[in-house]
Amino acid sequence: MSIKLENVTYQYSPDTAYAITALDHVNLELRDGEFIGIIGHTGSGKSTLVQHLNGLLKATEGVIYYNGQNIYDKDYDLKDLRTQVGMVFQYPEHQLFETTVFEDVKFGPKNQGLDDKEATLRAYEALEKVHFPTDYFDQSPFDLSGGQKRRAAIAGVLAMKPAVLILDEPTAGLDPKGRDEILDMIAEMHKKSGNTVILVSHSMEDVANYVDRIIVMNDARVAFDGAPKEVFRHYKELETMGLAAPEVTYIMQELQAAGFPVSVDATTIQEAKEEILKVFR
Amino acid sequence: MLRDITLGQYYPTDSHVHEMDPRTKLFGTLIYIIALFLFNNVLGWLVVTGFLILAIHTCKVPLSYMVKGLKAIVMLLLIAAAFNLFLTSGTPIFTIGPLSISDVGLRNAGLMTIRMIYLIVGTSIMTLTTTPNQLTDGLERSLHFLNRVHIPVHEIAMMMSIALRFIPILIEETDKIMKAQMARGADFESGGIIKRAKAMVPLLVPLFVSAFRRANDLALAMEARCYHGGEGRTKMKPLQYHGVDRVGYLVIFIFLVLVIASRIVYPMLMGLIGV
Repeated sequence: MSIKLENVTYQYSPDTAYAITALDHVNLELRDGEFIGIIGHTGSGKSTLVQHLNGLLKATEGVIYYNGQNIYDKDYDLKDLRTQVGMVFQYPEHQLFETTVFEDVKFGPKNQGLDDKEATLRAYEALEKVHFPTDYFDQSPFDLSGGQKRRAAIAGVLAMKPAVLILDEPTAGLDPKGRDEILDMIAEMHKKSGNTVILVSHSMEDVANYVDRIIVMNDARVAFDGAPKEVFRHYKELETMGLAAPEVTYIMQELQAAGFPVSVDATTIQEAKEEILKVFR
Repeated sequence: MLRDITLGQYYPTDSHVHEMDPRTKLFGTLIYIIALFLFNNVLGWLVVTGFLILAIHTCKVPLSYMVKGLKAIVMLLLIAAAFNLFLTSGTPIFTIGPLSISDVGLRNAGLMTIRMIYLIVGTSIMTLTTTPNQLTDGLERSLHFLNRVHIPVHEIAMMMSIALRFIPILIEETDKIMKAQMARGADFESGGIIKRAKAMVPLLVPLFVSAFRRANDLALAMEARCYHGGEGRTKMKPLQYHGVDRVGYLVIFIFLVLVIASRIVYPMLMGLIGV
């Protein structure tokens, strides 16, 4: 169970005056059960990249394999792929349309061909997973608060039980509390289910605390790919890409430069605390 | 997907036609359209063709962009030409079964086809070389006199530019929502008419909601900047005629004179030859 990209190139509006290369010969392997963060500045190609993983965009050049099968083969079932690779778009609440939250979440499972009973069960389960308050199940999705709308929309994708879950900027436009809640919820789900989760973000801070692998996109190419520690070692290069390592990295770097024997590999506040306490013990 | 549709089809490049004031281009297009329906002989056709080639050449836009618009009217052209060919009375040239083609029919069909093709190609030069904003600006200034009879020209122009501005935004939004629903297993392509119409609901509801939200936001933003309509409003880039416009008007004027002259000179020439 893996997704493999070989030499994937994608151009928007090819052969016109407005042609833009959004992906430039990208090679990647996304292994099963990984929790991956894809990071990049606006326009670096990260959203374009993830839209290829479930076949919404077709690469101008190159091949993508899902579980060893070429998804561009003529008889490959793209609809089936989309139920296996679930994708939550940016501002997913903009896609709500049904009369009640519950009905909206059932939309995905119904499209999978499940009967009403099974779909209801799936919807219930998904709404539980995102900690959506039971009282609001029969509310119109348009009456909810921003954070709740987003939970409902994420549940809409979870209800399809995808083997791979992609979230494109799931925290955009939320307040810090809402952001932490959503990210904690995603991390918890990953732990419980062991599914592959791909988190797209432009904020290192968001991603560093949760993921075990970071892919940095810059100018339509993969700039770095590795564990957070390894990637953050390149914090100077990250800055030139309009990104920044978590603040903790900067503190640790400066402490080390000032002569304290701390490791610069700490990426979370917790790890940094341990490192600093070690010095004083 | 939907992104490939070109609506506001401005083609950015550096040419004398691009530099022109939108009013010049609007006026030129108007004269060109009038001329298309004025000419009625080979001489006039040569003048119009010459003017069109001159415009195509100076605007530096690839011809393929102008011809693109023709694809949409191919059917219309064929049907109209067929009607003109077979249903015009006159001296029959040849007959196939119940259908007969007359000399007048042939002439009419030919003229009409040429006029339609020239119309599409010629007017697309204007839209290809002028941004939608310039265009509404030009219209607003050109129709300014209508203010005297209490027609709110500025407001109409503002509505037009907002509508034009929103087209690409809404197309992008549609594209996004479509993808998001497809990611949830929605199918927009297969099934009968009823099934397809039903499949549009998950697309249309969010689209309308988003259009209203955007309209609301824009209205609020405009009010916050104290927008109150056209009265006393100044422009950051007021329209101004330059040298290229003077040349433009001169060319347009000569063109019009030549087309009118062609109508007078042609019968005289024919008379001289003795036809």
